[in-house]
Amino acid sequence: MTYEPVLTKYVNDPDAYTLDAYLKNQRGYEGLRKALTLKPNDIIEQVKASGLRGRGGAGFPTGLKWQFVLKDTPKPKYICCNADESEPGTFKDHVLMERNPHLLIEGCAISCYAIGAKVAYIYIRGEFYHVQEILEAEIDKAYKAGYLGKNILGSGFDCDVYVHRGAGAYEAGEETALIESLEGKRAQPRIKPPFPAAAGLYQCPTAVNNVETLCNVPLIVLNGPEWFAGIGPEKNGGPKLFCISGHVKRPGVYEASMHTTLRELIYDHAGGMLGDRPLKAIIPGGSSVPLMLPDQLDTPASFDAIQKAGSLLGSAGLIVLDDTVCMVWLAMNLLHFYRHESCGKCTPCREGCDWLFKLLARVEGGEGQPKDLDLLFGVSNNIIGKTLCAFGDAAATPVLSTMKLFRAEYEAHVREGRCTLPAPWRAAHPMLVAH
Amino acid sequence: MSFHPPMEYSPARFHKSERKLAEPGGEFKYTPENQAKFDANVARYPDDQRKSAILYALYLAQNQQGYLTAAAMAHVAQQIRCTAAEVEDVVSYYTMFFTTPVGKYVVNVCRTLSCALRGAERVTEELSAAIGIKPGETDASRTFTLLEVECLGACDRAPVVMVNDDWHECLAPEQVRAFVEDMRTQGRAAFTGCHLNKETK
Repeated sequence: MTYEPVLTKYVNDPDAYTLDAYLKNQRGYEGLRKALTLKPNDIIEQVKASGLRGRGGAGFPTGLKWQFVLKDTPKPKYICCNADESEPGTFKDHVLMERNPHLLIEGCAISCYAIGAKVAYIYIRGEFYHVQEILEAEIDKAYKAGYLGKNILGSGFDCDVYVHRGAGAYEAGEETALIESLEGKRAQPRIKPPFPAAAGLYQCPTAVNNVETLCNVPLIVLNGPEWFAGIGPEKNGGPKLFCISGHVKRPGVYEASMHTTLRELIYDHAGGMLGDRPLKAIIPGGSSVPLMLPDQLDTPASFDAIQKAGSLLGSAGLIVLDDTVCMVWLAMNLLHFYRHESCGKCTPCREGCDWLFKLLARVEGGEGQPKDLDLLFGVSNNIIGKTLCAFGDAAATPVLSTMKLFRAEYEAHVREGRCTLPAPWRAAHPMLVAH
Repeated sequence: MSFHPPMEYSPARFHKSERKLAEPGGEFKYTPENQAKFDANVARYPDDQRKSAILYALYLAQNQQGYLTAAAMAHVAQQIRCTAAEVEDVVSYYTMFFTTPVGKYVVNVCRTLSCALRGAERVTEELSAAIGIKPGETDASRTFTLLEVECLGACDRAPVVMVNDDWHECLAPEQVRAFVEDMRTQGRAAFTGCHLNKETK
C-alpha cells in the first residue's frame, strides 16, 4: 500500500516554507476558511470523531482535551503550542516548523476558534533560533494576508499567534512546566489537579498541544474525520511522523501511517542498518520508553501496538542501536541527560537521577560492585511513581529496561572490572564525567 | 532497603553551582533599539503579566554585552517590575544564559544518545585538542567557549554542533580541525547546516 505524505510532502522544496507555496500546494488556509463557517463545538466534535491523539508523547485524544477546556468563564482562554521539542531522538516538529510553518499557524488559528481562545503562544525551545526566525517571518506574512489578527477573513473572529522563546530546559516540554516558563518562572511542573483545561496559563483555561498535533487539525477540518481515521489502524488514525536516528543509513523524519511496522521503518524508510551490522535493540519512542528487541520488529508502529509489545510510541523518536552499543554505557549516557535536565522540584527525581548516573558511571568505569546492580534497581523503583510529572518514570526507564533485557552485560562489567563492549565510535579517553 | 552507599555527594564540578556572578561593576542600560524591542515584546502578554517577557528581556541583555552581569539583571528586574532575586532565580535555572564572560563563539556539542552513537565524544575530543581547552572552558583570547550540551533536536544530522545561534550539522570528527580553522578565518560563513535525508555509508 503506497502512502501519500500530507504533512511533509513538500518539505524538500526550497520554497516550501513560503505562504505562496503553501497556498498553491496544500490548499493553504482553506481549512481555516471552512472552520470559520462552522460552530466551534462542531470542530471539537470533528476532531473527536477523527480520533486524533496527541503527538507529543502521551497520545491523549485531542478532541477530549479541548472539550475539557472550561466554557462558562469570564476569563480569557489560551492555546499553548508545545514546540519545546527536547526528547532525545525526536526532531519532527523541527522539520514541520522549519519547512511547513503555515500548516502550524493555520492549526493554531483553528484551534483557538474551536476552544474560544484569542491568543496562541508557540513555546519554542531556545536552541531552535534558526527555526524561530522562519516561523516569525511567516507569522508576519499571515497577518498581512489577513489569516491572523482582527476580523479574520471577515468572520469577526480575532486571533493572535506569538512565538515565545525558551532558554534551554527539557522540563519545559511538560505541559504545566511549559505554562510556568511562559509565565516567566522556572520550568517546573505544577501539582495536578487543577489541569490546564481549568486553570492553566495565568490561571485561565488552557489547552497545551504539540506542534504535530496542531498541524493535523487543518487537515481534519478540510478532509473530514473519516478520511483521517481511515489512515492507519483503529484508534491510531492519521498521518504520523517518525524520527529515525542512530545506526541507520538514512536517518531522518519519515511520514507514514501507523500500520507501518518497525521493520519497514528501519529497513525500507531509513535504508537499513549502518554498515549492514546486526540490530541489537530499538528505542521506539524517544529516550524515555523501554527498549524493544529485534524479534519485535514486526510490531506496527502505532500507540496501541507498541504499548501491547511492552513499550510506548511516545514521541515516535526511533533510536536504532547496532551490536557495538554497550547497554551500560547507553543507560549512563541517558542518565547524564536526565540528571542534567531534572528540574529539581521533587526529591526522588532530583537526587535519584544523580545517584543513578554515579552508579552507572562506576559500573561502566569498571569499579562497580555486585551490590550496585541491586542498588540501581532499588533507586529506580524509588523514583518511579513518586514524582509530580512523568519525568521521574522517564528517567528510571532506561535503567530498568536495560537491566531487564541485558542484565548479563551489567554483570560482566562488574565481574571483569571494565567495559566489556568498548565501541569504536567512542573517544579513547572520554572527558565527560559530570557537569 | 537501605540507601547509603559510600559515594561522594554532588561534587563541586556541577557547573551551575560553580558559576559566579560578575561583579556589579559597569552600568547597564538597554540601547534604544533594544528598549524598543523589549517594549514591543512585553505588549504580547496581558498587562498584569509583564514577567512573561523575562526570557526575552534576558536574551536582549545577553546579546547586548555577551553575558549577564548583576547590573544587567538589575536592569531587567526594573523593566519587568520584579525583584532582582526573581531574575536570578530564572537565570540560574536556564542553561542558555551566561553569568561569566564567554568566548566570541560558544561551541555547544550535543552529547546525548543519537549524537554520541555517531561519534560526538570524538568530536568533543577533537574540538578540545584543536582549540586547546577542555569542555566548560574559554580560551585565553576569548574566541571560543567549548560546552557539551544535551539533545539539540536534530538527531538525524548527528553529530550536531551549535555555535551561538547557528548550527553545524553532520560534523565528522575528522572535519573538526578544518572547521575550527574556518571559524577563525571565516566566522559565520564556516557554518553549513546540511539537508534532510542525507545518506551515510
